[in-house]
Amino acid sequence: PGVPRGSAPVTSLLALAVTSEQIEHLHRRFKQLSQDQLTIRKENFDSIPDLEFNPIRGKIVHAFFDKRNLRQESDGLADEITFEDFLTIMSYFRPIEMNMDEEQLDRFRKEKLKFLFHMYDSDHDGKITLQEYRNVVEELLSGNPHLEKESARSIADGAMMEAASICVGQMGPDQVYEGITFEDFLKMWQGIDIETKMHVRFLNVDTIAHCY
Amino acid sequence: IPSVSSIVPESCLLIVVGLLVGGLIKGVGEKPPILKSDIFFLFLLPPIILDAGYFLPLRPFTENLGTILIFAVVGTLWNAFFLGGLMYAVCQLGGPGLNHIGLLANLLFGSIISAVDPVAVLAVFEEIHINELLHILVFGESLLNDAVTVVLYHLFEEFASFEQVTILDIILGFLSFFVVSLGGVLVGVIYGVIAAFTSRFTSHIRVIEPLFVFLYSYMAYLSAELFHLSGIMALIAAGVVMRPYVEANISHKSHTTIKYFLKMWSSVSETLIFIFLGVSTVAGHHYWNWTFVISTLFFCLIARVLGVLVLTWFINKFRIVKLTPKDQFIIAYGGLRGAIAFSLGYLLDYKHFGMRDMFLTAIITVIFFTVFVQGMTIRPLVDLLAVKKKQETKRSINEEIHTQFLDHLLTGIEDICGHYGHHHWKDKLNRFNKKYVKKCLIAGERSKEPQLIAFYHKMEMKQAIELVESGGIGKIPSAVSTVSIQNINPQTLPLERAIPALSKDKEEEIRKILRTNLQKTRQRLRSYNRHTLVADPYEEAWNQMLLRRQKARQLEQKMNNYLTVPAHRLDSPTMSRARIGSDPLAYEPKEDSENLPIITIDPASPQSPESVDLMSEEPKGCSGLPPSPEEDEEGLVMRVKEPSSPGTDDVFTPGTSDSPSSQRMMRCLSDPGPRPEPEEGEPFIPKGQ
Repeated sequence: PGVPRGSAPVTSLLALAVTSEQIEHLHRRFKQLSQDQLTIRKENFDSIPDLEFNPIRGKIVHAFFDKRNLRQESDGLADEITFEDFLTIMSYFRPIEMNMDEEQLDRFRKEKLKFLFHMYDSDHDGKITLQEYRNVVEELLSGNPHLEKESARSIADGAMMEAASICVGQMGPDQVYEGITFEDFLKMWQGIDIETKMHVRFLNVDTIAHCY
Repeated sequence: IPSVSSIVPESCLLIVVGLLVGGLIKGVGEKPPILKSDIFFLFLLPPIILDAGYFLPLRPFTENLGTILIFAVVGTLWNAFFLGGLMYAVCQLGGPGLNHIGLLANLLFGSIISAVDPVAVLAVFEEIHINELLHILVFGESLLNDAVTVVLYHLFEEFASFEQVTILDIILGFLSFFVVSLGGVLVGVIYGVIAAFTSRFTSHIRVIEPLFVFLYSYMAYLSAELFHLSGIMALIAAGVVMRPYVEANISHKSHTTIKYFLKMWSSVSETLIFIFLGVSTVAGHHYWNWTFVISTLFFCLIARVLGVLVLTWFINKFRIVKLTPKDQFIIAYGGLRGAIAFSLGYLLDYKHFGMRDMFLTAIITVIFFTVFVQGMTIRPLVDLLAVKKKQETKRSINEEIHTQFLDHLLTGIEDICGHYGHHHWKDKLNRFNKKYVKKCLIAGERSKEPQLIAFYHKMEMKQAIELVESGGIGKIPSAVSTVSIQNINPQTLPLERAIPALSKDKEEEIRKILRTNLQKTRQRLRSYNRHTLVADPYEEAWNQMLLRRQKARQLEQKMNNYLTVPAHRLDSPTMSRARIGSDPLAYEPKEDSENLPIITIDPASPQSPESVDLMSEEPKGCSGLPPSPEEDEEGLVMRVKEPSSPGTDDVFTPGTSDSPSSQRMMRCLSDPGPRPEPEEGEPFIPKGQ
């Protein structure tokens, strides 16, 4: 009863390049979250107390169910995820390995950036429009209830203008910048080495938080 | 043609100067002064450390804290014991001259010489612009190893006077390390919090704000030193703790003052330290013993290299960004010794340590070697090994958004995994900070300002100041692009003002800044060393303007005697606006002297050929200084068109130069779109005059 479907093909798990110890730990965590069921639904995430304080929790939970992240062909949102899907999402956050060559590193980096891109691009149209960006900034600032919407909007506008000037350069007054595509997104992140920043250490295996 | 300063680092030159000065003094027959330890520790060292601590780049420091601590603590301990032990062996074998030096004395010597010196590291590393990671590793190590040095030094010094050293003493010594370091940090934190709290109430007495920063930091240092705790760590802790709160509270000018005073003091201190090192070398009594000195030097290098290699191998198991062999080489090579070692040696008591002179000679030799040889060769080596240099990235609002987003994302993932990692604790700390600490320590509304907003305001202010400085017409700073809101959101209503609502005193501040055209800009650089302070590009133009104004005044005096032209009161609305806009000094209305023609110095932008000519605005009457023959003879130009200090009239005077500049300014402040027709030079702040 407690054996998740996803543990069957060992090869696919190995491809995720997490060690068996970490898989054990994550499996335990999965069981905790799903309350011993085989799948997790969105409601299960509500039981994590610390997640309440996170301003972008909506987007994070959403990202777990986003079919694009789960490497499925279709689009849209899944209703529930299995342990294998859980691991797939976690694999986006593995740390860099020393023996990667240039091409692997590049692919590694693109994967992580694609995950981020999907989080920003909520309507799945492959572009981050101004409205979506504004949405992101509003969520980031949502922890401060007394703040006016104007501030968030103008920050997002300013950021978008900056992004436009990075990606397209000088624009005439008639040109319109539709939105940030994935290539533009890559350009924006050029200076920051995401592969070293976007990871979670799996070292400390004993500290398992309790949900209740 | 390579100049001397590109080959030889500044510290070496200063030591040479010191040597020359010392030699000169000795040659004259006087006794050259020696760098006394009190003066060094009480007056020369604190400014440098405060400068380093206050401008410490916190993010890379905390990200690498584990590595830095291991290098600082374990590395220094290893160096001290390895060196001390080997020197003891050398002394035993070294013949009659060295036999009497005991184990403790050697261990003491080892502990003195093994500490990497922050002053020397700063002096050399600043000039080579190495990448941030290596810089913070070596520099952080040099700062944090002070605790170890203090403990070891006092420990061995005391033990040397004991008859016997028991295990209990050793254990106590070990414990005292924690007391010294954590105690020092605690003292620093307490004083930092007090300073932050004080700055909350200084809104009415802005002029003494910088004083509090310096005062409390120095008190932290003194208090820590008083109790034999680590003064350096106290100073760093105080600077780090007080900075975010103090900067949110103090005025713009105080911030500039603090920055420049710190840079000035630390610069002066550093210079003095190196010169004194040179002089002390000449002045001191030396006892040269070939074996001792050469073996010290040799073992120092070996100890450093071995230590770095072993520790890196260990640390790389836990690091995400591993340290490559190139990095390790730079870290090992960057282990410079400096004046702290010398002063500690100088403090040794003759009674217990008869061989003090020999120690001092050895210390000075090692210092000279590291500073000269390693300091000079590190730059070509960095180029040779193609070590990554510092990247001049500008903080953009996008980066800030992404960084915050990523932080929250990783915290969320950690929470979901059930794993209490870095991000979890950092997030907890931030929340605690926001909820309780900021409310206590930051005055007024700013306590609730989220970081993103604060950052955005900073950036906007910086851009606004840059624009004003460049006079609007001239070069637009490259930070400001010509992308306008129309480009990204065509449906925006043209009259929609999307400027974030600024608080009252923010508006006032911006207005003040822009009104007083002589205000020098504050550029909140993320600079943490004085070598990256941007030189003010407008100093030149300003000086010229001052000179011309002086000359014009002198001419005016002369004119007094010759002309009897009725003065024209320049009172056109444009002039009055300009009067308000420009500094009262620049414009001297001579109300009393009816007979004097008024020479109005008109600053115009140095870059713009089409400078604003205020004089042309006047009604024709004034130019009604009849072109008297004397005038022509003297070649007097009644209308003196001067290059202006930037930002004066272009904002406040209508007419010739307004359209492109004000349009651009408005665009950049996220005003929607270009106005259909150029407006009458409306200042881009809402009217409040």
